[in-house]
Amino acid sequence: MSSVSQTFMKLFRGSSGPDTIPAQGSQKLTRRSSGLGELTRTWESAENLCILDLGSTSPTNIRHFTEHGHRIYSEDLLTASTDPELLTKDELGVAVLDSRKFLADNLVYPAAHFDFILCWNLPDYLDESLVKPVVGRLWSVLKPGGMLLAFFHTRDAGPDSPCHRFHIVGADTLEMQKIVLRREARRGPTGAVHTAISDGFQLQRVFNNRHIENLFRDFASIKFFLARDNVREVLVVR
Amino acid sequence: MSTPASAVAQIGKSVFIKGELSGSEDLYVDGQVEGSIALKGNSLTVGPNGQVKASVDAKGVVVQGKLEGNIQASDRVDLRKSAIVTGDITAQRISIEEGAFLKGKVDIHRTDQK
Repeated sequence: MSSVSQTFMKLFRGSSGPDTIPAQGSQKLTRRSSGLGELTRTWESAENLCILDLGSTSPTNIRHFTEHGHRIYSEDLLTASTDPELLTKDELGVAVLDSRKFLADNLVYPAAHFDFILCWNLPDYLDESLVKPVVGRLWSVLKPGGMLLAFFHTRDAGPDSPCHRFHIVGADTLEMQKIVLRREARRGPTGAVHTAISDGFQLQRVFNNRHIENLFRDFASIKFFLARDNVREVLVVR
Repeated sequence: MSTPASAVAQIGKSVFIKGELSGSEDLYVDGQVEGSIALKGNSLTVGPNGQVKASVDAKGVVVQGKLEGNIQASDRVDLRKSAIVTGDITAQRISIEEGAFLKGKVDIHRTDQK
């Protein structure tokens, strides 16, 4: 698993704007999602819901929700977490990300604002220093009774599991598309052009069931769905 | 990549404007604008080099470059693949190309929702 500084070396990015793109010509895989199926049953019977999608901007998801008359908010937290200005050191001098600054710039919404939050695989790829503060903020912006969907890899998935973006293509069907980081060319002081190339976000850790329960301990209930592709889907209710 | 029609007012890529921009003709921005843009009944296009930090009120909005601010469109909003938009979008219709980046809310107001 990569450290914060290693991640930043790999990212080699500017201070603003998105640096992630779906892999060019990457194969889109489809998967059944029991968690999504359960959410769909809820939001299809409701009107004017407020939904937060924390994955990469997905035209498919935006269309899906706006066609049903819901409001959708899109915020790519994983990309936002690569902002070099977040890099700081803790009291031991270890490189960490500044969670206060991160939450000052991101997830800035009124309390109890959302009916649903689509977290996708964010906790598995988000830097350790941000995971708990982000989940705390998600609790506060979710309405009581609101639901959050997150995916967690099992240990069998392996450390090189690629980071995907998720598009909702059916009531319980998702299309998965691998995310890679944008190649970025910069001219150095000698005039030579350097190109940073990366394979994308790396799995930061594997949560076991107990870790997941602890992570969401402030929520009212938690439900696990074990999928065939070494992923546990977790549906939590505030 | 689309180019502005000759009848469209243009702000070239070397131009920087700060303040309130309003008008009654279509506008193509390939430079920098900070403030607000009001083009009721007309369209705004932010070109690939455009960097707009403004609230936008127009009939139609096409973004190829960078736009930071809320967009209120009485008709439609098109985010092209190179678009980077930070702000809330309210429109009757929206089209987002694969690769576009959006941080904000999308709220579709249909005509029958008045």
